[in-house]
Amino acid sequence: MKTVAEILKEIRPEFDFAASTDFIADGMLDSFDVVTLVAALDKNFGISIQGVDIVPENFKNHETIEVLLRKNGVTR
Amino acid sequence: MNFTFRRKRICGILTVVPAREQSFLEDMKNFNFSESRSLKLKEVMGFDKHRMVDPGVCVSDLAVFGLEHLFHQGRLQRDEIDALILITQSPDYFMPPTSNVIQGRLNLKHDMLCLDINQGCAGFVIGLAQAFLLLEQESVRKVVVVNADVLSRKTSPKDRNSYPLIGDAAAITVVERDAKESVVYANLKMDGTRNNVLIIPAGGFRLPSSPETARMEDAGDNNLRAKDHLHMDGSAVFNFVQVEVPPLINDLLKQAGMQMGEVDYFFCHQANRFMLQKLADKMRVPYAKMPSNIVEHFGNSSGVTIPATIVYNLRERLLKEKFKVCLAGFGVGLSWGAMMLELGDVGFNDLIEYE
Repeated sequence: MKTVAEILKEIRPEFDFAASTDFIADGMLDSFDVVTLVAALDKNFGISIQGVDIVPENFKNHETIEVLLRKNGVTR
Repeated sequence: MNFTFRRKRICGILTVVPAREQSFLEDMKNFNFSESRSLKLKEVMGFDKHRMVDPGVCVSDLAVFGLEHLFHQGRLQRDEIDALILITQSPDYFMPPTSNVIQGRLNLKHDMLCLDINQGCAGFVIGLAQAFLLLEQESVRKVVVVNADVLSRKTSPKDRNSYPLIGDAAAITVVERDAKESVVYANLKMDGTRNNVLIIPAGGFRLPSSPETARMEDAGDNNLRAKDHLHMDGSAVFNFVQVEVPPLINDLLKQAGMQMGEVDYFFCHQANRFMLQKLADKMRVPYAKMPSNIVEHFGNSSGVTIPATIVYNLRERLLKEKFKVCLAGFGVGLSWGAMMLELGDVGFNDLIEYE
């Protein structure tokens, strides 16, 4: 199973996601990258993130993504 | 708003798609994005091929082609059309109504009603509702509902938000009174405060087309489009669908006194595969009952996608079998609507190519 950091790296290999606290504002993820990320998270963790949760604020940084994963029952 | 229609039925559907097919791999060359990012998107959204008209082809061309086909095949007679409702966002002209243009080109009788409705992705449900209302009149025995759009002509090839998604097509749906005691339930909703989420900003009277509105601009997302082009706030549309459509369908089920499991198919507007699968997950509907296989073959052709989904997935089965189906359309306006009906025993359910 991949980590969130590894998935982000696959989607936008040119960015250092560890150095940002707001992936959206910093232009590292656009709306289609978010869709790609959701599809990858769903597949990787065997979940289905609800459509209503696919909003930019849930994908701002590692912390918000982890909160979303926990909401979907992902515990590590 | 709830509607109930008694003794009305769909007696045939014909979908017309342009013969010209464009591939996403070709589209990608025009985008300001890396190949790998575009390919990931292709996989998730279901982008592959889409049908587009050649330059100069208009909505009335697709509609006339389809109706002539039905006349030629003996599926429909010219003089039995009492009303022709055209639902489009890409009319031939501002004036006259394109439905009148179609009537004239086909030499249909004068004793009939032609009506243009400016609607898009919810336009199949809205068009059917309007047709069923007309069928309440004794003088109206058969109504032709034409959904048609050629929005590729108003979409920037350098806009990855919309161009790979858009398809051109027309659908002709014939409706009439049902000899049996059937009931159709519908639920329609509108929110004009969000009218700018899907919009072509220029070209109307508010902002007439000019060299300025034809100038390509980067809206800050690496996509190039002009004010003359279709603008779609993809995130807002996605959120709108996920928030509004499940309660719409749940309310319709209550209205019809049905359980989710009693519905054979949910034929939804084909926005993209990702959006539909998220909708199915939210509603706990198996993917097989909510097909999402139209965008990958034909593109998203606004109000045509629901009839296209019915034709593509049921074809000749619809000639002999009957299904309890829920139709759901959602998009420009914003407008969203769902309809529950029994569909089947139709005279035709075909797909043809416009050459």
